[in-house]
Amino acid sequence: MERDDILPRLFSAGHSVEHQGCLLFGEGTLGHTTPVDVMGITGGSVLGAEDALTLAGNVLNLIGKGMPRPLLVLIDSGSQRMSRHDELMGLSEYLAHLAKSVLLAQQQGHRTIGLLYGGSAAGAFIATALACDTLLALPGAHPAVMDLPSMARVTKLPIERLQKMAEVTPVFAPGLENLAQTGAIHQTLDPIADLADQILAVIGQPTGRDNRGTLGATRGGRPKAAAVAARIEALASA
Amino acid sequence: MTALPHHNASTSWFEATARQRLAALLDHKSFAEFLGPEQRETSPHLGLFDLPRQFDDGIVVGRARLDNRPIFVAAQEGRFMGGAFGEVHGAKLTGLLRAAGIHRQDVVLLFDTGGVRLQEANAGELAISEIIRAIVEARIAGCSVIGLIGGRAGCYGGGGIIAGCCSHLIVSEQGRISVSGPEVIETNRGVEEFDSRDRAFVWRTMGGKHRYLIGGADDFVNDNADGFRAATIAALAKRQPLTTSVLEAEQKRLANRLDRFGQAQDGIDVWTALGITDPVGLPGSATEAFLEQALDKRENANGAR
Repeated sequence: MERDDILPRLFSAGHSVEHQGCLLFGEGTLGHTTPVDVMGITGGSVLGAEDALTLAGNVLNLIGKGMPRPLLVLIDSGSQRMSRHDELMGLSEYLAHLAKSVLLAQQQGHRTIGLLYGGSAAGAFIATALACDTLLALPGAHPAVMDLPSMARVTKLPIERLQKMAEVTPVFAPGLENLAQTGAIHQTLDPIADLADQILAVIGQPTGRDNRGTLGATRGGRPKAAAVAARIEALASA
Repeated sequence: MTALPHHNASTSWFEATARQRLAALLDHKSFAEFLGPEQRETSPHLGLFDLPRQFDDGIVVGRARLDNRPIFVAAQEGRFMGGAFGEVHGAKLTGLLRAAGIHRQDVVLLFDTGGVRLQEANAGELAISEIIRAIVEARIAGCSVIGLIGGRAGCYGGGGIIAGCCSHLIVSEQGRISVSGPEVIETNRGVEEFDSRDRAFVWRTMGGKHRYLIGGADDFVNDNADGFRAATIAALAKRQPLTTSVLEAEQKRLANRLDRFGQAQDGIDVWTALGITDPVGLPGSATEAFLEQALDKRENANGAR
């Protein structure tokens, strides 16, 4: 789904979301009653230091207003930008700063909801979609940690063998279904039904601790993570 | 209580194993491991790739004392799968950080990682996100989370992003902090953009000295446990909870960095702009001479991280 298709479907009552390069900023009303702040990264763009800082600055401005309301983050990105410039500047700090800002917003009462409607990968995925309290996706979204050809090169396994292995486990191969099974995606929306209603239902649910480990265990994609984390937590609390 | 042999504090941090680093860093015999190798909590996925598993999945976590102060501590083993984050490896750190937030306990993280373990890429990526969330929650609760970077595998990929979420970073010359590794950039963008075999260039771009000079790390220490221990003890004495004003200060700090150095093509350009007297000779300078050159010239994060 394209960026210009999704906005009217989310905000039938209108919105003020505007493009700023490959980024999106503005607000809209879900249904007729629930105003939300909106930001996004679009067009499969890679996320470099400058854009990560712009997104984080927007989140900190929203926190500074002191009127917490839901923050909807729309995501169709590539990976982090891979360049000499970005590494010289310390891109890891810019991505971390963005992730911290989104997590702080959630803690300050802004319900952070990511909506993955295109791609996202690697460090950009961590700093945007995965930093939201709840991550939703539309069918056709295509998140990835690394594509299979690159993975074949690094693991020195033929791509045919990786494809076969991907049929028996969701733990390494790219794709929405695989990431949902590990617990990364809380819910995949029904593209036919009203999108605003489905997001409003999520906003209405209580939030609490990070439950992605439990989701991964229930869905079979991460058999051990939740149990191991809980055992360590118990041992450290003894 | 797992007693570790007391290790020579002058051993190279770069060369040491995770367990040797812990033994040399912490108070004598103060370390108690959680879910140690005798529990054989191994990766459920590496077998699929016919790869050997390790009984601690490449990370050691537990409680200890440092200068008699109680801490939680974790050390990655760069010699096993490049210290990469897999499902179990990541979950051990997540659990430790969650407990830290609940019990207001400071945490010391010994990084040595290439990033996500590709054989379990989705689980590793998600583990990194869970770790980041647990760090932020612990820091909001008031804990210090101190990162030590000087291992063989560096601190790459998602590990670099985790480091950027710590309250304080201590680095040695051998330490590298980066999100996209040299080979990854070269593969994606070509050798003209990034020559991964030019080791001097790699170190000028992401090495410990450069990171310290631009405020990407708070302390620069010698490549041994004495240096890391003294800096960690000093860092534990400070307290900097994560707040809106800390992130607002970081926003200014990172914007200022792009303004000042955004046109630079090489670390040497950055160091020249900083006013370093001998930027070309800087990679070869010994610790004391380097710290003297950096003094009053480097960008200092001053807690804005």
